[in-house]
Amino acid sequence: MKIKLFSYNFEDTFVHHLSGLTKIICFLFLTFAVMFSYDIRVIISILLFSLVVFRISKIKFKQVKLMVIYVAVFIITNAVISFLFAPEYGVKLYGTRHEIIAITKSISLTYEQLFFQVTKLFKYASVIPFGIIFLLTTNPSELASALSGVGVNYKAAYAVALTLRYFPDIQREYADISQAQQARGLDLSHKAKFKDRFKNALLIMVPLIFSTLSRVELISNAMDLRGFGKGKKRTWYNMKKLSRNDHLALGISALIFIASLGISFFINHSRYYNPFI
Amino acid sequence: MNDKLIIEFNNFSFQYYSQSEPTLNDINLKIYAGEKILIVGPSGSGKSTLGHCLNGLIPFSYRGITEGSLKVKGKETKDQDIFTLSKVVGTVLQDSDGQFVGLTVGEDIAFVMENDNTPIDEMKERVLKVAQMVDMDRWLSASPYELSGGQKQRTALAGVMIDDVDVLLFDEPLANLDPATGKKAIEIIDDIHQNTNKTIIIIEHRLEDVLHREIDRIIVVNEGRILGDMNAHELVSSSILIENGIREPLYVTALKYAGVTVTPEMKPGHMNTLDTSAVNHIVKEWHLSVVKEEKRKLNESILKMDDVTFSYDGRKKILENINIEIAKGEMVSIVGRNGAGKSTLSKLLCGFEKEDQGAIYYLEEDIKGKTIKERAELIGVVMQNPNQMISKPMIFDEVALGLKLRNVKASEIKERVEKVLKICGLLPFMDWPISALSYGQKKRVTIASILVLNPSILILDEPTAGQDYKHYSEIMAFLQEINKTGITVIMITHDMHLMLEYTPRAIVISDGKKIADTDSAIVLTDHQVIEEANLKETSLYNLAKMVGIEDGTQFVQNFIDYERQVR
Amino acid sequence: MKDYFKISTRTIVATGLGAAIFTLLFMYVKIPSPVPETSFQTAYGLSAFFATLFGPIAGGLIAFIGHALSDSIQYGSPWWSWVIASGVASFIFGFAYKRTSVEEGEFNMKSIITFNTIQIIGNVMAWIVVAPVLDIAIYSEPANLVFAQGVIAAVMNSISAGVLGTLLLIAYSATKAKKGSLSKK
Repeated sequence: MKIKLFSYNFEDTFVHHLSGLTKIICFLFLTFAVMFSYDIRVIISILLFSLVVFRISKIKFKQVKLMVIYVAVFIITNAVISFLFAPEYGVKLYGTRHEIIAITKSISLTYEQLFFQVTKLFKYASVIPFGIIFLLTTNPSELASALSGVGVNYKAAYAVALTLRYFPDIQREYADISQAQQARGLDLSHKAKFKDRFKNALLIMVPLIFSTLSRVELISNAMDLRGFGKGKKRTWYNMKKLSRNDHLALGISALIFIASLGISFFINHSRYYNPFI
Repeated sequence: MNDKLIIEFNNFSFQYYSQSEPTLNDINLKIYAGEKILIVGPSGSGKSTLGHCLNGLIPFSYRGITEGSLKVKGKETKDQDIFTLSKVVGTVLQDSDGQFVGLTVGEDIAFVMENDNTPIDEMKERVLKVAQMVDMDRWLSASPYELSGGQKQRTALAGVMIDDVDVLLFDEPLANLDPATGKKAIEIIDDIHQNTNKTIIIIEHRLEDVLHREIDRIIVVNEGRILGDMNAHELVSSSILIENGIREPLYVTALKYAGVTVTPEMKPGHMNTLDTSAVNHIVKEWHLSVVKEEKRKLNESILKMDDVTFSYDGRKKILENINIEIAKGEMVSIVGRNGAGKSTLSKLLCGFEKEDQGAIYYLEEDIKGKTIKERAELIGVVMQNPNQMISKPMIFDEVALGLKLRNVKASEIKERVEKVLKICGLLPFMDWPISALSYGQKKRVTIASILVLNPSILILDEPTAGQDYKHYSEIMAFLQEINKTGITVIMITHDMHLMLEYTPRAIVISDGKKIADTDSAIVLTDHQVIEEANLKETSLYNLAKMVGIEDGTQFVQNFIDYERQVR
Repeated sequence: MKDYFKISTRTIVATGLGAAIFTLLFMYVKIPSPVPETSFQTAYGLSAFFATLFGPIAGGLIAFIGHALSDSIQYGSPWWSWVIASGVASFIFGFAYKRTSVEEGEFNMKSIITFNTIQIIGNVMAWIVVAPVLDIAIYSEPANLVFAQGVIAAVMNSISAGVLGTLLLIAYSATKAKKGSLSKK
């Protein structure tokens, strides 16, 4: 099992040099921009922009291949189910009906439905690159300070830091426990009877959870003894000062966000872009 | 040294809410600024509770009833809060993984300053300075997984010293360290004491290891009371240690075996102050008089690793060309520093991982094709931490689990479980919840739950880690009993006492290669092996040299033989 | 009620470690159900257990952080509507905090009923209200689809949280000694 949670590796690029705070704000701006808009022109523009940032960050396709496959499977499944459940949804949404082909007597494919589903497909796809860029270019040590920077309570932000700190420990412990229980005869495969599967899962969960619980006290003592939670604020050793490039990145993302809102409000007069009227 | 009183217990008692009796009784103790104090006592003696009182975990995190007074720097602790106290008393905890909360060394050292809301530039400067003091400045961006146990502890130390505290409190600093790293840790603590003149308080039961360097006073605690307050020479000459289940230094035991009356005048507190000139002849005579133990003859091979090589990623070899043969009924130690490949070796034996090259034979049969489950019936492995194995609330169910999962008949399960519980001395507790058991008893439950599958080989990972002398002796006596029933016992360990006293043979692994496979007495007196395995020379060897015995290894062997005869 | 939202260092540590276990279980430990291609998420058993021991804030954050992290590792980005729903469900589980007898050494029938009632309310709110509404608002998914998905998720997750949570709480309460009852032998 790999030890590091994310494959963060420092590279000398524009994106890597940005502070974690900047990246999290940009990530939020761009994600909201694309989540708010249902205009395929806006969505595809942002998607293209994200692919440019991808190149700038020197992320290799190899690093993200698995994620892309998972997402593709999800999006395609969603598209099929979505069509089966509501084949006339696009018609309702855009108010016109242009049939392409009748599939059965009652179900037919319309341009409206196709357009709605294609837009949705891109909408789902376009959030992914920003998430990947954020994860692969942000030093995990900066994450907690960045969260606290965007207004998350510092204690909650520290919980995230603790999760990242102790995940590898827990992963290793999980591997050890599951091997030890397999030696005792535990069968985790599909072969086990259904009612036994819950019991079998518990044979791993109980030692894992209970040995972790006993560490909670120890770690919280260690933190109390070193003054955690003393004040209303705390500083962060790994917080970077914002540079000119940070301001630039923030400006661009804010602009994209405003543009996305602006197009919806002033041009489309709705979140949807309707080419049918 | 000045006479400024820094810690003062006055008729102090403490009782946890969950306990029916006080854990600390009528404690009176004065500690002066700049002193270096060792607090010793067996597990459950109250020594850790005493530490909790000093750093404020009592009464601020652990609730209970306090009586009498405890003043730190002239102020009652109960009138302050844990944050104020932590600015005076800095604590380095036993479990450096638990204390290491930062994602990197730098962050962890800075933790206190972060909580104090210190500006970043000032923080970076100070972190670098303190990191230099403990020689960690080149590791500031390293994560805990890239560090050794000693480095993690030094990080913890830096994280406490960054606050410029008056008192440094070390709670069992040696518990998780191998012998060489432990020795280094004691040296670092001593250097800090010399250079800063801070008050140092060490809580530890591994007396001989702490006495590697000078200590001003030793406080002996047992059953919640202070039983002794004296210097090292007086302490090791007295009978207090033995009466309270604390192991005395090995060289002192050897002197006593030889018939020497150990007196404070011999300065026996530290190996380097010891003067044996008056008794050299007694020790030499004893050395010659020891009756040699007949070596047990074990011929039938039960387990053989033949040229085994393994790597996780296909590049870095974790184990390389390992050849080991173990005889039926043997009791063997496998030693080596962390990351040398010891745990991987046991994983290969259990089938958790598969060798890339070579083969493992059980009674002449290659077991490559056997599943994890099948191997468990031949070779059982007991993990270090019993909590990682226990998955049922009741003892009977826990031990029966392996049989239930194998669909053994209920009547047979009952019979086999009872038999194993009897061997493990757990029969009276059969219907007890496991949570009501002590650590040592839990360990027995996990051993029982493996033994119930009738393996002929038992592998134990650090069976005595963190145990005091009494529990150590109990666990080892139990394993010896198991061994006498014909089960081969293999132990992965750092514990030099264990090697000396219980396993005649030790196999040493270093960087994935076997570098020694011989008598434990030879391993523990061979400089090169000691260095590569992060062990340290046994003080018996130094004693032999001091009294003028040429063959130090033979002296160590004689000690082992003599001890077996008298035990 | 104030107690429910008090955050001590212990709560934060439990949250951090709990979220780490949640992440792991969410990715690796799923129980295959009799219906093909579906599985029970053991992680909700964990978040229900931690929420009952440490309260709604810990519960909610454990699931929110854990779900967001495992989504990020697997898909590259959190699937916000479901991440939020996970957080809401486990936040509501936290109202079982101090309402059961788990700390007293016996998880009795009354506690089992209290815990499961709260747990089912949490799952229904999260998967039949929060998740579908967010899916409709953000992605304009067809309502019948998201509600159908929501009902399935609510049922499956109630079973996970109910069965595993109850058994974990029983096991945990068995380890709790009654106050003042420990004495040396």
